This record gives sequence, C-alpha cells and structure tokens, in this order.
Amino acid sequence: MTTQTQSIPAAAPESEWAGQLQKKVRWGEGLVEASLFAVGFVTIFITLAITIVLGDQALLFFAEPEVTLREFFLTTSWQPKAGQFGIWALVSATLTTSAIAILVALPLGLSAAIYLSEYASPRARGVLKPVLETLAGIPTVVYGYFALLFVSPIVRNMFGGTENVGVYNMLSAGLVMGIMILPLIASMSEDALSAVPNALREAAYAMGATKLEVSAQVLVPAAFSGIGAAVIVGIARAVGETMIVAIASGAGPKFTFNPLDAAETMTGHIARISGGDLPYGTIDYTSLFAIALMLFLLTLVLNLISQWIIAKFREQYE
Amino acid sequence: MTRFTYPEKNDLERFIQARYRKAWVWEIVFVCSLLIAIIALSALFLSVIDDAFGYVAYEYKKDPATISAKPLTELSKEELLTILQTNLSKGAYGKLDKEQPMTERSQADLLNLVVERILQVKTRETYTLYRSLFDKAGIESEVKEKFPEAQLEFRSWLSPSFLTTPQSSKAEFAGVRTAILGSLWIVSIAILLSLPVGVGAAVYLQEYANKTSFIARVIQTNINNLAGVPSIVYGMLGLAIFVRAFEPLTSGALFGITDANGRTVLSAGLTMGILVLPLMIINAQEAIKAVPDSIRQAAYGVGATRWQMVWHHVLPAALPGILTGSILAMSRAIGETAPLIIVGASTFITFDPNSPFTKFTALPIQIYQWTSRAQGEFHAIAAAGILVLAGMLLMLNATAIILRNRFQRRW
Repeated sequence: MTTQTQSIPAAAPESEWAGQLQKKVRWGEGLVEASLFAVGFVTIFITLAITIVLGDQALLFFAEPEVTLREFFLTTSWQPKAGQFGIWALVSATLTTSAIAILVALPLGLSAAIYLSEYASPRARGVLKPVLETLAGIPTVVYGYFALLFVSPIVRNMFGGTENVGVYNMLSAGLVMGIMILPLIASMSEDALSAVPNALREAAYAMGATKLEVSAQVLVPAAFSGIGAAVIVGIARAVGETMIVAIASGAGPKFTFNPLDAAETMTGHIARISGGDLPYGTIDYTSLFAIALMLFLLTLVLNLISQWIIAKFREQYE
Repeated sequence: MTRFTYPEKNDLERFIQARYRKAWVWEIVFVCSLLIAIIALSALFLSVIDDAFGYVAYEYKKDPATISAKPLTELSKEELLTILQTNLSKGAYGKLDKEQPMTERSQADLLNLVVERILQVKTRETYTLYRSLFDKAGIESEVKEKFPEAQLEFRSWLSPSFLTTPQSSKAEFAGVRTAILGSLWIVSIAILLSLPVGVGAAVYLQEYANKTSFIARVIQTNINNLAGVPSIVYGMLGLAIFVRAFEPLTSGALFGITDANGRTVLSAGLTMGILVLPLMIINAQEAIKAVPDSIRQAAYGVGATRWQMVWHHVLPAALPGILTGSILAMSRAIGETAPLIIVGASTFITFDPNSPFTKFTALPIQIYQWTSRAQGEFHAIAAAGILVLAGMLLMLNATAIILRNRFQRRW
C-alpha cells in the first residue's frame, strides 16, 4: 500500500504535473519513423533503378544507327553479327515455351488444387502438400538438368527419333517449365478455393449435388478471380524463367513456333550472351538491356493484370 | 402450356447414377494430376541419383605397373614423392611445390596428384546406377568390346573428396569446395543486406503507415510487383549498378585492392540481397500481422511509445516467423542461378574466396556449366553437385521447420 501511494504524483499540486501529461515531443520516435519510412521507400527506389538502368541502356541501343524501332518490333531475325535485331526471333520461343508450360500447369495445377481443397482427407493432404512444396523449392537449374538429360531423350524417342528432333528442343523445356509452375498455380488456386465460404458448399450439397458439381459449378466460378490471377502469375513466371530454357531449349535465336525446334528465348539469349566477359557499351551489351526491358515491362503488365483481376472480380461474401 | 415433368423412377435412377459415375471419373482425373506431380518429382530425383553413381570405364595413359611394383594405394608418402619427382618435369614439380609445399601435403593428396599428372586417367564411358545394378554383365561385355584397355570401377561421384577439392578442368578430379564457399559468401551478404532492410520496411508498412494512404499503397503494390520481376532482370540491374557503376567499391579498389574488376562476390551478394528483399518483406509482414492486437494495446496501455511497443513486444513475438521467412529467402538465394551468370560468375576458380572482393563461382553455376558439357562424366558431377545443393536446401528447410515448430506461438 505504501509503495502505491509513493508512485502516485497526486501529492504535487496540479500546476506542476499538468504540463507533463501533454504530448511530449519525442525526437527519437520521429527519427525511428523517418528511417523506417526511408527503408520502406528503398523498394520504390529499386523499381526506379531497374527502370532507369534498363531504359538508359535500351535508349543507347535504339540510338545506334543500325537499329530502328520498326526493325526491332516488326522483323523476325536476330543476328547481332549481321546487324539484324528483330525481337520476334526471341519472342517466338518465349511464347512457345510459355504456352506449353501453361498447357501443362493449368489443368494439372487446377485439378490438384480442387483435389486438395475439396476431396483430400487431412492425412492425404499431409502427404501431398509437401510433394508440391518440394517441387516449388527445387532450384530452376536442377529443372534444367532434368529437362536436358531426362525429358529430352524421352521427347526425342516419342516424336520421330533422334534424327528428326535435336537434343535441344522447346518441347522438353516447356514441359519441365510446366512442372515447375504447377505448384504455384496449385497453391494459389487452392487458396482461392478454400476462401469460398462454406455456406456455398453446404447449400450445393443440400441440393443433392455431387462433389464434382459442387467443385466445377459452384466453387471454381466463385474462386474465378483467384484462379485467373494464378494463371497470369504463372505465365509471368514462365516468361521470366531462365535456367530451364538456357540449358534445354537451344542456343541460337530462331523464329519458329514448332515445339520440336531448338530456339532461344529472350531470357536464354541474355544468359548466353552475358555469360562471357561482355565488353561494356557495345551493341551486344546494350541489346541485352533492350531485351530485359521488354521482359520487365511484359512481366510488370502481367502482374498488374493479375492484381487487377483479384480486385475486380473478387466475389465478396459477408 | 408446358409442364415440367419429373423423370420416371427408372429414368431418375439412371440419371443420378450417370451423375455419380461422372463425379467418380473426374475424381480419378484429379488424383491423377497429383500422381503426375509425384511421378515428376520422383523421376527428377531418380535421374539425379542414377547419374551420380555408377560404373566408370577408364584408361590410364601410363600403366601403373611401370611406375611402381606395389599397388599405388599402399605406397607411403615418401615413395609417392619420389615417383612425382622422377616422373614430372622440374618446372611442373616446382609449380606444384609453390602452390603448396609437397612435403606438407597428405598421402591422399599426393596419390591424387600421381593419378592426375602421371597416370593421366581418362574416362571412356560412364554408366547409370540402374544399369550398374541390374546389367553388370552387359556393361562388362560392352567395355571389353569397345575399350579393351579400359578398367571398370564402381564410382560414387558424390564423395568426401568431391566436397573438399576445388574446381578442376577434369571431371574426375573436380570438386565443389570453391563453389560451396562462394555460395555461402553470396547468401551471407544477401541476408546481411535484406534482413534489416526487409524487416524495417515490413515494420513501417504494418505498424507505422496508414494503410489507406497513397504512399503506403504504392509501396505495397510495388513490393508485390518486385516479387514477380524475373530474376534475370535483377541480374541486369546488378550488372549495371554494382558491377559497373559502383566498380571502385565492389572491386575493392577503394580499399587498395588492385587486380579485381567489379565481378566480385560482393556484387553478386548485393544483387541477390535485392532479389530476395521483396520475399523477405512479405514474409516479415505476415509474421508481424500474426501478432495479435491485444499485445500492442497492452503495451500502449502501460505507456509505451510506438517504437517501444514495436521493439519490446511486436518484434520479439514475430521473431520466429521472421527467421523462418529469412531461411526461406536464403534457400531461394542459394538456388538462384540466372542473376549470378549475368553479374559474371567465373566458372573456373581454384582458390577459396576469402574476401568480399574476390572473383567467385557458386554451386548452381557449376551445375549449369557441367550440365552444358557433352561428356557423361560432367553430367555425373553435375548430378553430384545437385545432390550437394539438395542437401544444403534440406538442411535450411529442416531448420525452418524446427524453428517454426519450436518457437511459434499460437495466440
């Protein structure tokens, strides 16, 4: 009791302590907040740096007399030695491998998500989730090894033998890339599916719907925004993926959409050319930044679209 | 007037059964997609293991019997030394002696030197583990026919000496020591950069920023976008900024180091730090979000300022989550390859990186290089390298799981 009375400042007249209770200026607090804000702002600075660096070098590239924007965007031959810079030679391979990857990953990933969220018992989930998490954690260079040394021989045997299909082909790179983005699509879709409120499920079951009907006709439409976002993020990952295509898809730009051909993607080209000691300021060097700028803008747009889809098409419950 | 008619009893039964059959078929389809994932994962692991172990057919350029009567492994250190002295040219011997005095080397090292320099082993053919186990007779007859001189030996490409020897141009003697050390340097620098910055940014966004304010929303959207930027773009950023613009700093020229350029382990680590930063922020945000508001209000209730509340209550409570997140970021950094290629990892490094300003190689870079070679023995060491990488990732993830299970509190 005595200690309590000691600590209460009420003994002093009000005029002495009233001022202390008013908001005190704490310089330390302000300093901490300012530095935390600065640290948070670093991320914006990174985006700015990426844009400036890529833009600056890309401008140097487009300022070269032998390069025109028209040639860059409209022609289909990329031969730096011959002064030909048509980005489509690289984009065609990026599109082909990404399309194959999505064709593999979307059906597999979506079915896996439906199974995990609606069918699987807790025990089955306990076994199956780690499989997907392991797949997601495998470094892409290991997938590249797998594509070149395991999948490519199988692909060559299946499609016309070793004399018709080369060791390097876009199909094996694309297939393995599909396996790589499968866990991403599965986990994002599963999150979307399990976010659908139970009332919807129960209502559908009460009407006598089968599990398939509940999943396909109620849950997938309800979770559409999340699934759509997953697909777009998956495409962005496939477009930006480097090691699998650098190892397994072939070295040498070629305008082709034939999956059995060898062709170099945008990322694969950057990795191969910059692998050596590239002299700064040459047209080879700046052209890589132009490609990287295209890549950056493409993935940025895809990511923004996916965020927009989530915000726009989200079904709001409760 | 149209009237809705219910199906007759039999039709109804058939209709329902058809629906159930359809549901059953699709359930199998769903299971199959997961089976495909499991098969892909097992195929990946099996193909790596298949390549990392197996029979090797090799030839010696010089017959071991001509240099020693006894089997080489039974020779003492002194005998090996005399063999090296008599068979190597003076210049070659002197060069080796300069690298590391010969008398200080161990018996195993000397034995390796004898095999590498004098016998000059040459791998003719490598066989997969599967064939080695189940078709030994086939391999033996094949070797007899194709390489009559060659000897057959079962070899585990993943071995203690693979971990401890530096890089070599010959697959038989190559190791990953320099690559592992390079990877560790890169990851440490990356974490030193991204952990404080990441946690700081997460604290700002969760505890200080007004979430509806324009600037906070811009930062948040920007972080989500950065997380989706391809890793190769970060590599280009690192090349232009750390390797080129900051060359005096990253090459160590400011600190009196003269022989390096900007393609150092420091540049690689900083690039990797920026690459994992968004991941780090998002994970730290999740961890901070999981701390219940009652903790914050209790801290305010006893008169804490905002920073006291964050520093003494929120951060300690969120620490296990933040650590788990940073381990996940580390495992991302350790496997990332593309940015390292761009910032200029050298593939052939035989010395240990011992300062931030050394040239470097890293484990995934070695795997990439070896996979791209045509010869089977390089694929075998690529597979062994993958196993080493997988072991490191496994250790990191196990640590993360233990941390999560031991220290995570449920509120």
